[in-house]
Amino acid sequence: MSAGENRILFKNIDQPGYGRDIDSYMAAGGYETLKKAVGMKPEEICSEVMDSGIRGRGGAGFPAGMKWKFLDRKSGKPIYLVCNADESEPGTFKDRQIIYKDPHQLIEGMMISAYGTQTALAFIYIRGEMYEGARILEEAIEEARAKNFLGDNILGSGYSCDLIVHRGAGAYICGEETGLIESIEGKRPYPRIKPPYFPAVLGLYMCPTIVNNVETLCHVKHVIERGGKEYAKIGKPGNTGTRIWSVSGHVQKPGYYEIECGAMTYGELINDLCGGLRPGRKLKAIIPGGSSSKVLRADERFTGKLKDGTEFDWGVGDIPLDFDSPMAAGTMSGSGAVIVMDDSTDIVGALANINAFYAHESCGQCTPCREGSLWLKKVTARMIAGEAREEDADLLKSIADQIEGRTICAHGEATAWPVQSFILKFRDEFIEYARKQAAERKAKNAQPAAVA
Amino acid sequence: MSEKGQTDKVTVNIDGKDVDVPTGITMIEAAEIAGKEVPHYCYHPKLSISGNCRMCLVEMGMPMRDRATGEPVMDDDGKQKIGWMPKPAIACNSKVSPGLHIKTDTDLVKDCRNGIMEFLLVNHPLDCPICDQAGECRLQEFATDYGRGFSRFIEEKNVKPKRTVLGPRVILDDERCILCSRCIRFMDEVADDPVLGFTERGSYSTLTCFPGKNLDSNYSLNTVDICPVGALTSRDFRFKMRVWFLKSVKSICTESSAGANTEVWQREGKIYRITPRRNDAVNDTWMTDSGRALYKQVEAENRLVQPKVNGGSASATEAVSAASKILKESDKIAVVASTHSSVEEQHFLSKLVRGKKAKVHAVAHLGEEDGLLLSADRTPNTRGAFITGLISELPSADLSALGSQIDAGEVDTVLAVHEDLAAVGLSDEQIDKVKLIQIATVSTPSAEKAAVLIPSLTVFERSGSFVNQQFRLQKFHAVVPGPAGLLSDLQVFASLAALTAGGVSESVRLKDAWDSLSSEIEELQGLQFRTIPDEGLAVPPGNFANIPFPEKKSLKFDSREFVREAMGVSEAS
Repeated sequence: MSAGENRILFKNIDQPGYGRDIDSYMAAGGYETLKKAVGMKPEEICSEVMDSGIRGRGGAGFPAGMKWKFLDRKSGKPIYLVCNADESEPGTFKDRQIIYKDPHQLIEGMMISAYGTQTALAFIYIRGEMYEGARILEEAIEEARAKNFLGDNILGSGYSCDLIVHRGAGAYICGEETGLIESIEGKRPYPRIKPPYFPAVLGLYMCPTIVNNVETLCHVKHVIERGGKEYAKIGKPGNTGTRIWSVSGHVQKPGYYEIECGAMTYGELINDLCGGLRPGRKLKAIIPGGSSSKVLRADERFTGKLKDGTEFDWGVGDIPLDFDSPMAAGTMSGSGAVIVMDDSTDIVGALANINAFYAHESCGQCTPCREGSLWLKKVTARMIAGEAREEDADLLKSIADQIEGRTICAHGEATAWPVQSFILKFRDEFIEYARKQAAERKAKNAQPAAVA
Repeated sequence: MSEKGQTDKVTVNIDGKDVDVPTGITMIEAAEIAGKEVPHYCYHPKLSISGNCRMCLVEMGMPMRDRATGEPVMDDDGKQKIGWMPKPAIACNSKVSPGLHIKTDTDLVKDCRNGIMEFLLVNHPLDCPICDQAGECRLQEFATDYGRGFSRFIEEKNVKPKRTVLGPRVILDDERCILCSRCIRFMDEVADDPVLGFTERGSYSTLTCFPGKNLDSNYSLNTVDICPVGALTSRDFRFKMRVWFLKSVKSICTESSAGANTEVWQREGKIYRITPRRNDAVNDTWMTDSGRALYKQVEAENRLVQPKVNGGSASATEAVSAASKILKESDKIAVVASTHSSVEEQHFLSKLVRGKKAKVHAVAHLGEEDGLLLSADRTPNTRGAFITGLISELPSADLSALGSQIDAGEVDTVLAVHEDLAAVGLSDEQIDKVKLIQIATVSTPSAEKAAVLIPSLTVFERSGSFVNQQFRLQKFHAVVPGPAGLLSDLQVFASLAALTAGGVSESVRLKDAWDSLSSEIEELQGLQFRTIPDEGLAVPPGNFANIPFPEKKSLKFDSREFVREAMGVSEAS
């Protein structure tokens, strides 16, 4: 653990001698909180989670307690709990650490959440590529079942709930909660239209369903362990607890860092925890919360007022690591994936890479995202292939504008935001890119033809 | 297929005007009532909501209420403030509610449509000159109405399969497909034969049949009708005729007693296709594939066009007068009536029957019910035959009763209407024993033996009405003229009735039939042909309701209600 980190979820991960088996976990105090939880009333669990103020760690940052409160309990239908372990946002590699290195923490968090919401059946929807992770989880589930931490009559409480690992087939869109639900149902993961298909009312098999991220469900364990109000003291009001940041790109020490919300800034994360940039390099841009979040330019300044009224005047490095501050800076903390780009970065190439990803992962259900994402990809692919035009910058922006806010799910925004922000912040570089290519072509054509 | 009853109304505001609309409808339907077109591709009134084309994006707002108190928030003019949604909303998905505000003509809405049109066309082949859909293509129409007019797309278009044979009657051009999923939903929700789906993803998504499956349902051509573009085309119709040359005439499918409402499309006396005509009380917007093929009887190879008397050619009038002579001379007449005949034809035939005290026989043509639009009774007008008094018992399985009467010498003259006597139970000896007057559209061995042969017109060449299995009186109109010189059954029966009664043959029109129908038949009182609405009219079944008709399944279904129920979605949610 590096100085400045506050490891709660990752307390045991990477510790010498700590294995992913149930003995290691229990030796470190594992499943004690589940024992505590089944002695409480389910509604007490829910209110502790509400008190904790914990926000979803999957990307949207929606308060988990509120999500649970929306559950339709009048319908009489069974309630399902689904753990979203489809971690696929480029740059994000936090959930897989838990799954691979501390699976019992997730299981304990899930069973507490299941008990609290009185779930009939719980699922872990795991990304198809994480084959090993699925195997590890299944092993861990059997270990936990042998000790009656899940299954029938959990710890003699009278409450029964089973846990099923469901592997995806390798599609980013399965991380969208309604797409994920369709996928579990065995269909194409076309996200559902909301309204009316809010998972809390019409979710899996048209029953009330909670879909939470791996990290979020693990936090539930610590919320119950400490008590919601006590947990809320970690971090800042409205931005409680710790967050795991996945840092990649041009830093000396890329990796995952668990930091108390608001305790550090992006600058401190990059320069202190990650050892700064490579020697002789200058920061060019940061993608602050997964590839779909809007890019920040190294020399940008952000001013304005926060929700609580305090005024801010930040450089990129000054933005606090929490939920609200990146949002105030016009972007988002998303999945906590920080992608650092130094001055060696070809910004058009970077966008071409991102565009290729979102075009490949568009499910194809609704028109703007389906056609727009591939068009964006084709434009940037042409640009880096040497056929850039000056007007491409504005064309890209216009295509993105025609996608944003007009799609069934947030994949539209995920596709549009990088393009909009790249063009907004690096427009000159896109135009220069085209001019340079034009000049090169001209020079090439001007050369006398080689003698045969 | 349920008739919408009178429902409660709500007031919504569309582009600044308050409009009263029925509760429970969607914004897109409300806008239609208000006379505002909301363009759409994936939305279909008879299918579940998919919301994928995004063409129907509108601005939507609700009257504001204070979150804490629930009190309405008022503006300076004392009107309730409208909280406009930050993003445009699809009009096909949201139900109307009191005070709902919709804007369909703002810059944002126009920009949305413009953007969607551009997106739909970037990978579209733009091959309208060789596309069968041209002229009735939503892509063409909306590109003209809402498109940019030029393309900013200079990249290479996607390449997809161009001529996938999905089934015996439908062919697919995947490059034209805009992935609206109407066909997939139709096959799943209405035809109950889910064989279509998408493979691949993103812009490379491709419509196809599931492995080992075929689009061979008897409803497969409905997917062609509802395809908003030229992706799915009818193998029978494609490349035959430009649709703008075609004129359509309202008709009724004669395939069964379901009586699907149809449009028959012709040019210069030749029929090219039959499509369903929406009637929510009968067939929604669907019809069978087999019903669409019926127009081929017009140009059937064995079509009869030459009237004959004793084997020699005659004019139609001569044939009728020869027939009337035969009928006049006999008092042992049997009429083999047809439930293919229209109400009007049956009416005049029953006059003849009553005048000559003829015995009446009819043969049932039954088949398996498919639970949708193919009913057990494979004739269109059995109920009409009861109402006009032509028959009083259900048609029998065959003509063995008539055979016995012939054998017993009780019958020496038979007027056969649209039945091939040999095919329905009479032996050659029995046919030879009687004087046969045959009315038919196609040649058969027994027709060739007739003393008088009167070729007849198909349903596409005459007008009239049928009573379907719901006791719904529905009218059909002549689409093309019949073969030269032939008389309609209506004229033939009217002349025979008049001549055998000692009168003179006069030219009759449908109006003449209805003048006497509406005065003589209680169920049809006060009706005239022209007053029957295009969507038909329910006739009180009266005592006929107790007849054990062969149809076991009713025509009532509403796919969308069915889907909602299956998903456990209540109206309230």
